Amino acid sequence: MSENLTTPIGRQAKFCPGCGHPIVLMMLQRILKQHNLEAQAVLGLDIGCSLLAWNYLPINTFQTHHGRVVPTMVGFKRARKNSLAIAYVGDGGAYAIGWQSLFHAALRDEPVLVIVVNNTVYGMTGGQSAPTTLSGQKTPTSPDGFTGNTMYGPEILHQVSNPEAFIARTAVNDPKQMLDFLDKAIKTQQAGHFALIEFLSFCPTNWRTKGIDTVKFLEERLKSVFKVGEIK
Amino acid sequence: MQNNKKQFLTGHEVVVQAALDAGAESMFGYPITPTCEILSGWFESGKKCLQTEDEIAAGFGVCGAVLAGEKSFTASSGPGHILLQDSFSMAEAMRLPVVLIVGQRGGPSSGTVIYSQQEVILACFGGNGEGMRLVYSPSNLSELYLLTRRAFNEAWKYRYPAIVLTDGYTLKIRQNVDFDQFKKIENIPPISLIPENKIVHWPNIYTAEEELNIVLENTKNDFENIAKEIVSFESKEIEDAEILLIAHGIVGAVTKIAVEELRKQNIKVGLFRPITLRPFPKQELDKICGWKKIKKIVVVESSFGQLARIVRDQLAPEIDASFDYLQKPGLGIEPEEVIEFVKNIKI
Repeated sequence: MSENLTTPIGRQAKFCPGCGHPIVLMMLQRILKQHNLEAQAVLGLDIGCSLLAWNYLPINTFQTHHGRVVPTMVGFKRARKNSLAIAYVGDGGAYAIGWQSLFHAALRDEPVLVIVVNNTVYGMTGGQSAPTTLSGQKTPTSPDGFTGNTMYGPEILHQVSNPEAFIARTAVNDPKQMLDFLDKAIKTQQAGHFALIEFLSFCPTNWRTKGIDTVKFLEERLKSVFKVGEIK
Repeated sequence: MQNNKKQFLTGHEVVVQAALDAGAESMFGYPITPTCEILSGWFESGKKCLQTEDEIAAGFGVCGAVLAGEKSFTASSGPGHILLQDSFSMAEAMRLPVVLIVGQRGGPSSGTVIYSQQEVILACFGGNGEGMRLVYSPSNLSELYLLTRRAFNEAWKYRYPAIVLTDGYTLKIRQNVDFDQFKKIENIPPISLIPENKIVHWPNIYTAEEELNIVLENTKNDFENIAKEIVSFESKEIEDAEILLIAHGIVGAVTKIAVEELRKQNIKVGLFRPITLRPFPKQELDKICGWKKIKKIVVVESSFGQLARIVRDQLAPEIDASFDYLQKPGLGIEPEEVIEFVKNIKI
């Protein structure tokens, strides 16, 4: 058990028990190691639960502002072309406050890898509704159930992306697909193109779910609304 | 560096030349009057340039490039300057040597498009921080060149973000600039803040109040220590002055002309022109106001007292000279207006 509570560099993990973030980060590390890219990789973090990854992996990592990690990594990549620039962001940072920059990074085919961790809520601030909140989902800012439309970030970005860009959605309970997509996304950046993977993730703290119900919510509710796979 | 010693250039051209000579490799920018020609001028230079979707992305793009160890900058004005304070706040927190050229235009809101001195407080204290940034205010094009070079050098040397605070009048006029005088300036080389051979884990958000407090104390102490190496000002006719005019930027140049004329009329008036607004030449101003026989301080500016607010804040409390203000927000000021104003002062 204690093994699960420490980060790959031996620090105490700060994510809530049952959170999906550590799974994404562990998969990211595995693929970087496999490709021997740990030295080249630079991980920029948005603010929100994403910021907790700041001392998680044995790669260069820094925090930015909420919604601003994509333009920061665009600047970084343009200055250091041989780096593997990764922007790590939640669904609120990506699709609400940072949407303008994300959209234009995709439109311009900026060679950055954007990892969006989608748990349908603003986890860090107490589970408020996000652009990705599901119809009927109860949150502190939709106490009677969310009545807005749900946003499909990857599908929209696909419409404006270069055909060589890689845009996909996977889920934290499918490690094989996660690794496969991360591998493709890294190769896409190396070929000079934009890549984005949305990871459907767990947030038992704000979903107020326990044990298997957390997995069920992702499997049955999220996956029925958000289609996993490459967006083509 | 330019081969021709003397050139007849616009302010925009001077900024581009200074950034090139400073070793800037890239610019990120969004078009806004009156700084568009800096962006288009940088495109013409053939260096790396990105026209972003907004000033937010421009500022954070510069932050990213700087983190990667590249000298980079942006230029903006008014509403764009407001958006840039988002990234500038991060630069202040992480002490990123970001350089920003501000061509002040009228405000608030979209205001007017060419001139004012209403972005002083925003430049000096914008963001949710403590104003730990370098702010330079040039009064002519030679100084615009010099201060742009200094902004890059001092930002990278001391690790504070820097603003060259100018205006559309200064950027759009042409003046002769003699580049020979700047030949000896040496560039501070950039450093890689995210090194390639070492792992950095860099937070800018803290769990405990004490952690942040330590960072802030260090940043402030460093700022005070370097201040003596950075503060610059011009003074004129202060030896026997009874009235001290304080003005910055292009209004500083106008006020200097007024002082020369008033002296011909035997009026005991002097000029203090802060060249750096952050850090402010506080000790120098205290000295002039303290042991000189200054009875009246007149702050002249194209705003409702933004420079005056800084002067009053910085001036030692025991100095008892009274204040008067010539304020024309968003309007240019002619030497004749300053002369007329001073002649009507009763001391």
